[in-house]
Amino acid sequence: MNWFKKKIYPPFWKAYIASFKEKKSDTLEHLRFVVFDTETTGLDTKKDRILSIGSIAVIGNTLKVTDSLESYLSQDLFKAETVKIHGLLKEGAIKKVTEEEAIIQFLEHIGNSILVAHHAAFDVTMINQALKRLKLPKLKNKVLDTGHLFQKTKLDTSKKHFGLDQLSKKFNIPQHDRHTASGDAFITALLFVKLIGILKKKNPSLTLNYLLRSNDRIGLL
Amino acid sequence: MNLIAKRISDFLKDFPPFNMLSQAQLFAISSEVEVHYFEKNTDIFTTGQTIKNQFYVVKDGAVGLFIEEKNILVDECDEGDIFGLRALMRQGNYKLSAKAIEESIVYSISSELFEEYITTNSEASTFLMSSFASNIRYTATDPEKKNQSKEHLQDFFEEQSAAYSKNPIQCAPETSIKSAALIMTNKRVGSIIITKNKKPLGIITDKDLRIKIATGSSSIEEPVTKIMSSPVITYPENITIAEAQIAMLKYRITHLCITEDGSKDSKLIGILSEHDIVVVRGNSPSALVKEVRRAKTPEQLQHIRKRAEQLLERYIKQQIPIMFATKILSAINESITQKIIDISIKEMPTVPPTSFAWLAIGSQGREEQLLLTDQDNALVFNNVKDSEYKKTKEYFLSLSKKINQKLNSIGFELCPANMMASNPAWCLSVSEWEQQFKKWITTPDQDNLMLCTIFFDFEYVYGDKNLVTILAESIFESIASHDIFLNFLGLNALKNPPPLSFFRQFLVERDGDHKDQFDVKARAMMPLVDAARLLILSKNVKAHNNTIVRYKKLMELEPQNRDVYAACSEAFKNLLYFRTQQGLLHKDSGRFIDLQTLSKADRLALKNCFKAVKEVQDLIQTRFKLSQFL
Repeated sequence: MNWFKKKIYPPFWKAYIASFKEKKSDTLEHLRFVVFDTETTGLDTKKDRILSIGSIAVIGNTLKVTDSLESYLSQDLFKAETVKIHGLLKEGAIKKVTEEEAIIQFLEHIGNSILVAHHAAFDVTMINQALKRLKLPKLKNKVLDTGHLFQKTKLDTSKKHFGLDQLSKKFNIPQHDRHTASGDAFITALLFVKLIGILKKKNPSLTLNYLLRSNDRIGLL
Repeated sequence: MNLIAKRISDFLKDFPPFNMLSQAQLFAISSEVEVHYFEKNTDIFTTGQTIKNQFYVVKDGAVGLFIEEKNILVDECDEGDIFGLRALMRQGNYKLSAKAIEESIVYSISSELFEEYITTNSEASTFLMSSFASNIRYTATDPEKKNQSKEHLQDFFEEQSAAYSKNPIQCAPETSIKSAALIMTNKRVGSIIITKNKKPLGIITDKDLRIKIATGSSSIEEPVTKIMSSPVITYPENITIAEAQIAMLKYRITHLCITEDGSKDSKLIGILSEHDIVVVRGNSPSALVKEVRRAKTPEQLQHIRKRAEQLLERYIKQQIPIMFATKILSAINESITQKIIDISIKEMPTVPPTSFAWLAIGSQGREEQLLLTDQDNALVFNNVKDSEYKKTKEYFLSLSKKINQKLNSIGFELCPANMMASNPAWCLSVSEWEQQFKKWITTPDQDNLMLCTIFFDFEYVYGDKNLVTILAESIFESIASHDIFLNFLGLNALKNPPPLSFFRQFLVERDGDHKDQFDVKARAMMPLVDAARLLILSKNVKAHNNTIVRYKKLMELEPQNRDVYAACSEAFKNLLYFRTQQGLLHKDSGRFIDLQTLSKADRLALKNCFKAVKEVQDLIQTRFKLSQFL
């Protein structure tokens, strides 16, 4: 069947792709962001698997609890040593879905919104790996990293890498449900709106492009 | 279950009206909340804006509500407070502006959810309607409501849970009777429980030792199991006095074992003896008053007074209506005072040369004194011929001295400001008192106003009641002939404006021993007392001294201001309750409250009290046209 030039994708992927044709708001206040976090069996993006995904939409300075997603995945891979971090048991009582089902729900939830995560590269790669297993291309969304956004505030330049724990402490965000995907997504979302607030104060005409620009480039400018 | 919604419901469940919803309702609301972040000084909504379809709950930080044009802070909302609801219920535009005065996280809840879950819940909607739509303040910890059905003293006495002894003395089954008796002797108890794995097996009482040992029927070397009564009768810890009495009668026993779940197979946590019940019975108010009558010495009275304190402590713990507790305690205090006066007169070389009356003044006169505080009193004696005056006054001064000292010896401390009948200034004849009142009323400087606030609340305690009536009438006559006096009294009543934004600014007493504490008497109670006195005097009513009773009377006299007075009466009850609770907790007068120790419900209640103060002060300011003076 190699004469198929164009691969045929399942409807959910088509819908996801189609969402990018919709016109997006051009002001930061009205853009839909989706802050997300994944809990995984480990840190190896090739071998490890996603155990749970939590995401919540943010528009302006508001977190939309109705517009949030929490899913738990049934995975064959199970690592006892990471259970103590995320607390997810292989045969836990939580209702679980297949990886495919979780990805469908996730794509539906994010649509064409801007993704936000703390140290986003890891979470995005984990999702992309899952997509790859489903024989699908990578995520198309623009991605913001709250770690980078913090660097842009220049509040603390002592090091490049600040963990979610350190930053939530710094910004007085209660650390409820840390190391659950939705708990971390919620904390990250609060961190995100606080960081945007700070950056806006420094630069009232803040744009998405400025937020997307990497720090290295700023260094060159 | 969505974790985020779970967290939100965990927060909301502690605050009214959300604490009145079912878990399912609360969770339905929590999963549809929006979480807003506001930096310091950002607007949430502004005056004139069309209302948003939602109301707000402060999660973290603080939000100020302002009258936009004048930039006046009307209210400050902190953790758990609701705002923006009035606009939602009335529709239209926002009348106030809401601004984050600290960096804040605020939840918003849509009007649809509000209608679906809150207005359909009668308790929750009553709360909201009363706190936001009208002047009547709902009090989150309304002690009266909880015990409304318990009108009769005897009834709730029976329903009280019995106080049992914790840490009962126990021994193992293999213990010898002799060692058990030694333990009982050392611990000075009349019973010992035989336990295995902490579960009660049997009991030995003094009676068993008498019947089974002293008669020689068993040897003291045998194990306790030989003579113990078994099985024991067990109850859970919330057993009421009535239940305990019935059980003891039914089983013809004098001790009940209290276990964790009330069964024999759970852990022993206490023992309730017949004696415990007798002790509680003995502290009943009627028993105490009877004992006061029978008492012959100040020492006996002192003992009774201490038990009255225990009684009060129990009332407060059991949330018995504060008005009831106040009446009982005042009655006991009054009968103790009467007894002391009787004893003191007997110690005098002669009978009183003329008729006299003993007056309680200040908070005692208003019957608002629950805890032991200073004594405040005065004496009035009938007019006598000039030639007799000196001798008469000396007699009553020396009598008063005896009375004051005896009151002091049983725990009513001497008044540091010397507001006592043994002070020549406050031991006067009827005509001297009349002149005194007239002088205070016609020259109402700061000192005289203060004296008015203390002495106008006098209450007859002992002696010739007619003298008291004459004094009351003379006050009204003087006020009528000098009506500007009420304006001065009004100004005085406005001296302490309510600290509305109090929990954020911590408007606490900054100096002295009570740093970081809040003076609940001066800042919340006195304004209400002063307002009630002023208003009731302006109505020419003297029969009522008690602040709550005064507000109730005012509600009758001025139906148009019913809501304000009702709020004041509720507020005062709460404050009295509060102060008593704090006083018992810290073994002091309860006047200074450590804000850190307050629960959110208490803070809300306290805040509502301030709102009542503000309203009645506004009313006074308008009625007595005081703006020009301020």
